[in-house]
Amino acid sequence: MKDFILKRIASIVLPFICIYGFYVIFHGHVSPGGSFAGGIIVGLSFIAFSTIYGIEKGRKKLPEKVLVYAESYGTLWYGILGLVGIVKGVPFLANKLAGIDMGAPGALNSGGLISLIGIGVGIRVASTMVTLFFTMMEEEK
Amino acid sequence: MNFVATDYWIMILLSLLIITALAMYFIKDLLHAVIVYGAYSLIAALIWLQMNSPDLAITEAAAGICTTILMMVVVFRTSRREE
Repeated sequence: MKDFILKRIASIVLPFICIYGFYVIFHGHVSPGGSFAGGIIVGLSFIAFSTIYGIEKGRKKLPEKVLVYAESYGTLWYGILGLVGIVKGVPFLANKLAGIDMGAPGALNSGGLISLIGIGVGIRVASTMVTLFFTMMEEEK
Repeated sequence: MNFVATDYWIMILLSLLIITALAMYFIKDLLHAVIVYGAYSLIAALIWLQMNSPDLAITEAAAGICTTILMMVVVFRTSRREE
């Protein structure tokens, strides 16, 4: 892939795609979208980067160790936030019962634990998609 | 029965959905079938948007494009013709 125009356009457009994915993740509880769709958009920006600039540069940007850590700790983050309810003496993943301030409806900080859980899910989905792509693209040894 | 404009719009989209789904089955070139699958997921996203569920529309568009890319990689790694 040695297309000059494709590389220049991608270097302009791809950061905005990545930022839009994080926007969808962070506003998942008040607007359309959600952590799953936002995570896929973040993953797609990295997949497009490694499709255009070559698989080696994409590997350099996201090493395998980073992907493994993001995948594992995203899941662990979900579990830890679920344990907040048990520590407070109410069921697993309890939100309002655990005494968390819910804020005004429609505001960005109105979700309680939901928005924090969404960050973990989004990072996990993004790293899973990038891992799938890298696993399929790499040459067999 | 009185139809409004959005009903006809949904009918057109649903018939396009059926056409693309049948085309995916009958096309022998796997790369072309994967491209038609991308069109299928785009039409499905438009239908969700017409049925007042933008949440599903965003998820369908993102997931459809992602699976299209993954399938395209699989077609490049294996044979392009159906056996």
